[in-house]
Parts: sequence; C-alpha cells; structure tokens
Amino acid sequence: MKNIKFLLLGIFFAIVLSKTQAISWYRFYEMFAFQSFHMFGIIGGAVVLSMLFMQLFKSGKIKDINGNKIVPKPKKKGYIRTLLGGTLFGVGWGISGACAAPIFVIFGFKLIPAIILLLGALLGAFFYGLLSKKLPN
Amino acid sequence: MDFILQPWPWYVGGPLIAISLLLYFYFGKNFGASTNFDTLCTMAGAGKVSDYFKKDWKERDFALLFVVGLIIGGFISAYYLIPNQAIDLNAKTAQELTDLGFVNVGNQYFPEEIFGEEAYTSLKGFLVLLVSGVLIGFGTRYAGGCTSGHAITGLSSLQLPSLVAVIGFFIGGIIATWFLIPLLF
Repeated sequence: MKNIKFLLLGIFFAIVLSKTQAISWYRFYEMFAFQSFHMFGIIGGAVVLSMLFMQLFKSGKIKDINGNKIVPKPKKKGYIRTLLGGTLFGVGWGISGACAAPIFVIFGFKLIPAIILLLGALLGAFFYGLLSKKLPN
Repeated sequence: MDFILQPWPWYVGGPLIAISLLLYFYFGKNFGASTNFDTLCTMAGAGKVSDYFKKDWKERDFALLFVVGLIIGGFISAYYLIPNQAIDLNAKTAQELTDLGFVNVGNQYFPEEIFGEEAYTSLKGFLVLLVSGVLIGFGTRYAGGCTSGHAITGLSSLQLPSLVAVIGFFIGGIIATWFLIPLLF
C-alpha cells in the first residue's frame, strides 16, 4: 500500500504533538491568556521553518516524491468567511483546548470526551455543508 | 531514552511540526487536518442530504490513513511515552484556574472539570464538549482550515486569508478564555 506512509506520518505527528504538550488543554488556555511562550514558540517555530521549506518548494529545490513541483493549494478568498469562521473555531478551541488534528490524538488520552468532540465537529461540518450556499463569503 | 520520556521543549516541537508538513507535501499532498471532518461526513452518508458532501471519499484515503495514524500515535504516546503528564504552567495561570474552582491544575494534560466523568454524566459537561466540537467543525470548514491548514501551511506560504483566519482564531480563543470559561466554571 503506497499510502501507508501517511499512516506512519500521522503516528509521528501525534507523538510530536503529545510530547510537546501541544494537545494539552492547559497549554492552550495559557496561550490565549498570553501567559506563556511555549505554544507561541511551537507554532511560531513551525511557521518560520515552514517558510524556508515553502521557499525551497517554490524554487523547485525540493520536489515531491514523484518529481513534481510542490505548490500549496491557494486558500479560499473572502474575509468574512475566514474571519467569522476563524472566530467560531477559536471559541471552540478556546473552550475545549482542541483543534482539528489533536481531537484524534486525544482519543488515546481521554476516549469518551474525544468521541464527543469529534461527534460535535462532524455535526458542525455537516451544518456548514447544509448552509454553505446561504452563508456570506 | 531519557529524552524520549521527558516533555519536549518548544524548540524541538516547532521544527518537528515543520518536518511533518515537509513530509506531507513531499508525499504529494496538501497539509491540513480539518477537511477530514467533511470526508467523514461523506462516509457517513451526508451526500444524501446535501450536494456539498457528494464527493468520492476514496480520493482522500491518504488523509484518512493520516487520521488513523493520529489516533494510533495518541495511544502510543499516552501509554508508553508520557510517564508523567504534569505541566510546568505559569504560576499565574495555575492561580487563575484554581480561583475558578479547577482542582489539581496542571497535574495532567486534561482537566477533570472538562474531560472527566462529567462529560458523560452531566448534561452541562456533555454540552460543553459537544458544542465546542460543533464550533470547531463549523468554524474550520467555514474558514477553510484549522491550525495546521491556516496557521502553519497558510501563514508560511504567505497567504493573506490565513492571516485573517488566524486573527479570527485568536479573537475566538480570547473570548473563550477570558469570558466564557469564567462564565461556565
């Protein structure tokens, strides 16, 4: 199976998030209260090094496994959707201390709460799908 | 071995997250996590209700394997790699939470007040998590990404919508931390 590498990468990413405490509710509370550098260091460090990788993708110095140029998908434009959607997500993240990838990692730590969070997230994505054409962009 | 079992500092975590992004792109796909919520809805049959979900989920089998990996990695970490979940919190943070009525602050990754038994024995506890989840699912899909897709992939590739999204994440996170948590607990 050629996609097994994504499974291994998922395991690696989950271990990184777990070991750096980037799935801990307390760490996000601290971040949003601006009382600790830890999460800013993690996210900021990841962004800065990723910028370098993006430059290497752009200049073609790093190509993908098939030899193709790597081009990150452009994000959908629209300030209302990104700001409003981002704010709603931020409220959910701030209360539960979970963003998208950590919800799955939390399964190993707090199974039933993680299932409730995922159930909610799927309902939320479902509501979005139903309303997507009616919402301002 | 000692290093593996200790908490990893931010300057180890940041680069390892960037390397995860690098590998994801190197494997030929766009790094992100929240599109999986759509894919799981499609798999559950949401396409019968809305055209938005009429997609071929098999095209995203790689992302589903990534998600399975996240779950496996979480179990490996919880059971074998983190003998002590204590968090070296800012004393001010710990005091604030104690004042709100949280007990054993920072002794584990997840507070019992939100992730304990109340999550499934009390309606309030259940709703706190469920509604948070709804906001996460709805908000990430509306905004077009989460921390991985917008804050890391989008910001590092200098995309303006991602900067707007991250500003939104912080507005929401501040509302939650400064106003809603004191109200709820």
